[in-house]
Amino acid sequence: MKILRLLPLAAILAFGCGESGPTTSIRIDGSSTVYPISAAAAEDFGLVNPGVSVAVSYSGTGGGFKKFENGETDINNASRPIKQIEIDRAAEHGIEFIELPVAFDGLSVIVNPKNDFIDYLTTEELKAIWEPGSTVGSWSQVRSGWPDEGIELYGAGTDSGTFDYFTEAIMGESGACRPDYTASEDDNLTITGVAGDTNALGFLGFAYYVTSKDLVKVVPIEGEGRDEPVAPSSETIMTGTYFPLSRPLFIYVDADAAERPEVDSFVRFYIENAPVLVPESGYIQLPASAYDLVLKRFENRVTGSVFGGGGATVGVSIEDILAREAAE
Amino acid sequence: MQVDPRVSARIARRSQAIDGLFRTFCAVCTWTGIAILFLLIGKIVYEGFSGLDMGFLTSFPSRHVERAGLKAAIMGSVWLMGIVALFAVPVGVCAAIYLEEYGKAGRVSNFLETNISNLAGVPSIVYGILGLAIFVRTMHMGNSVLAGGLTLALLVLPVIIVSAREAIRAVPPGHRTASYALGASKWQTTWKVVLPSALPGVLTGVILSLSRAMGETAPLILVGAASYIASTPASPMDRYTALPIQIYDWASRPQADFRDLAASGIIVLLVVLFLMNAVAIFLRQRFLSRLKG
Repeated sequence: MKILRLLPLAAILAFGCGESGPTTSIRIDGSSTVYPISAAAAEDFGLVNPGVSVAVSYSGTGGGFKKFENGETDINNASRPIKQIEIDRAAEHGIEFIELPVAFDGLSVIVNPKNDFIDYLTTEELKAIWEPGSTVGSWSQVRSGWPDEGIELYGAGTDSGTFDYFTEAIMGESGACRPDYTASEDDNLTITGVAGDTNALGFLGFAYYVTSKDLVKVVPIEGEGRDEPVAPSSETIMTGTYFPLSRPLFIYVDADAAERPEVDSFVRFYIENAPVLVPESGYIQLPASAYDLVLKRFENRVTGSVFGGGGATVGVSIEDILAREAAE
Repeated sequence: MQVDPRVSARIARRSQAIDGLFRTFCAVCTWTGIAILFLLIGKIVYEGFSGLDMGFLTSFPSRHVERAGLKAAIMGSVWLMGIVALFAVPVGVCAAIYLEEYGKAGRVSNFLETNISNLAGVPSIVYGILGLAIFVRTMHMGNSVLAGGLTLALLVLPVIIVSAREAIRAVPPGHRTASYALGASKWQTTWKVVLPSALPGVLTGVILSLSRAMGETAPLILVGAASYIASTPASPMDRYTALPIQIYDWASRPQADFRDLAASGIIVLLVVLFLMNAVAIFLRQRFLSRLKG
């Protein structure tokens, strides 16, 4: 029976092993797209502020807002502006928020590198392929002259901001999408799927495409009313010419939590270091002047959304954000 | 009736051939499983071995591959296992004792038995949802390591109960009657005779279920284990991460280097699980030989 007596001791030992941990903590959840930037900010912030424990998780923009509305998190990462219903639910719990754009991302449409006939897609063609009830099953149905081979579709799952944004930008309605495609919350699976399937077509975040350029081929997109197709790149996303598949990324800070000194200094650190952290994480940073305005917005504790609760908003360029910031 | 000897020889040859074929087929099946296992382990070791060093075990996670480590994940998993052991082992073993030693055969005990066996087969994500509703929200534990540990404890409880019951049932009834014959009470018999004999089986079950809890990812994601955290828990109410969560996070990063790092993390997890299973085997052998001697 000796061993049995040792069990509680082992448990106590296991408990005792933790070092004296930090006294204050910051809880961040939300978009998996924004997650790498926030985790990078948390890492560097931790180096200079060892007394603060920053925990970052991801459960999708919508999943994160559900926790944020309940006051379970201090900051929510979001790859689209907050929706009206989320604003309302937060208000029911007495939660106000400060909306801070931190970076830009482009959605990339990708195909297998062996696909040599595809030169570009128009947004109308993308819509025909992806809209709910779509019967497009082969490339020849997309554009005449393309081979009569079946299309295999891959993309982000319904809990992700990437899905919300893609459907909003292409179908004109957030969440409207045919259901019969291989959906994943992990963009790497989309890469793996498309890289292994000659007839695949998929969409995913720009950062994931950039690190897998040798595995998949990106498709230039011709936006509605534009006269030539544009491929996603840092320049085309920053200038807004890659339309309509580039989008702003945000963090939403709980206004009460922002009064806590550790949250206040973390958010300042985040914005001040964003010009370095954002490109390191594979996204496109805002111009320096924009970060000044974002910081000012945080310092003035400006609550509410400049997007009026519309959710995913298409074709927002940095100029737009700057104009909205300056108008306040 | 006389059978033509040529016919009977043909039948014998045919059945021999079928015998041989079947034997080869079964052997191929056996080796396929083992070959795939070795292929997987080989691939993981090939990708992840170079990333293994002391720094990997003692650093916090980082976006710089060369600085990233498992410290937070290892300590988080140690805390989780401590909490699971603290709650699931006493509850599970006592439940098994009750069902085997005290419970009378009848509707109630039938009902309990069926439910416990069914619970052992419930998908782990369901326990995650339960943990989220009860521990995280209703009991206001938040995304603490305590809530995670209790969720995992619920998850492995049925397995512990079932294996402990089997171990207790395997104790020969003669031991109990001999103990009663010497005037021992039920409590004394259970504590001093039945449990020590059943201990090897109970411990094996406990350690195997702890290894299962160690590898669980889905319920921990639901109850809010952090994907990035650069501190270790100092109290049961602190935030945490765990080995499989950290591996999942690295594996889903866009950079290929992080996927190699995930392989290194898998090696660490495999080594820990292997050690835990080795301890289970060692304990069983030791107690068995002591009982026999």
